[in-house]
Amino acid sequence: MLTLSHFLILGGIIFSISLAGVFINRKNIIILLMCVELMLLAVNTNFIAFSYFLGDSAGQVFVFFILTVAAAEAAIGLAILVVLFRNKRTINVEDLDTLKG
Amino acid sequence: METFVFYLFSAFMVMSALMVITVHNPVRAAFFLVLTFFSSAAVWLLLEAEFLAVILIIVYVGAVMVLFLFVVMMLDINIAELKRGFVKNLPLAVIVAIAMFTMIYFVVSGEHFSVEHFAPPARHTADYSNISELGQVLYTEYVFAFEIAAVILLVGIVAAISLTLRRRPNTRHQKIEDQVAVKSEDRLRVVKVEPRQRKYEVGK
Repeated sequence: MLTLSHFLILGGIIFSISLAGVFINRKNIIILLMCVELMLLAVNTNFIAFSYFLGDSAGQVFVFFILTVAAAEAAIGLAILVVLFRNKRTINVEDLDTLKG
Repeated sequence: METFVFYLFSAFMVMSALMVITVHNPVRAAFFLVLTFFSSAAVWLLLEAEFLAVILIIVYVGAVMVLFLFVVMMLDINIAELKRGFVKNLPLAVIVAIAMFTMIYFVVSGEHFSVEHFAPPARHTADYSNISELGQVLYTEYVFAFEIAAVILLVGIVAAISLTLRRRPNTRHQKIEDQVAVKSEDRLRVVKVEPRQRKYEVGK
């Protein structure tokens, strides 16, 4: 018997894992972007679970928009990453301190 | 049966998510992220979100992750350098993750979201169409947000292209603005030719 808690806890586990990933891979921007994608996936799972258990399709529409924005975000983030690598020859976060006062 | 499918794909999801954050090679991390998305799509199918499950596979696995793989493979990254400090940050990461999960668990487990509060709805019949239900609200109630989403995607295209477009010297390319701004005088030169005296009569 699957309850709403099952799906919410699954989302919580994925979110916690991606949060740990942000801490572990502090230097690699690519893995950081992947962790952000994982976080969005966890949130989307929660939205869809609520949408199903409440019988309201608004949650699925919301997930649709989240997917749209996440795709645009990934494209722009990777473009910034490519420009960054072209200029500095590194994607190490610690080397990116040009704006530091 | 449903419970078994749920646990199977949840296990896949959690395992591959763990692999995403721990493997050393970003290419492998991207592939494990693909596996995570696939098993997540299966979990979404259990929740009768068929359209979004398919969209997740087509858009995310098919487009976004391929973009990730392109970028990872194009950049020449020193993996050993980037993995320095992995062990140092590990305890903090584990502590934060466990604290986060404990908080989430106390909120979402048991008493508030159990069967008494949220009874599982009856399954839809075979002629139920998730796509038409979504489309009916998407193009009526949320049509304005839908248009904004389209504009966001357009902005994403323009931003990504203009960021990565590079004009190298010594290469030949079209100058679009010159081509558009061209006038007829630039293309056509009207020359006044003086009429000359005929040297001989025709047919003589």
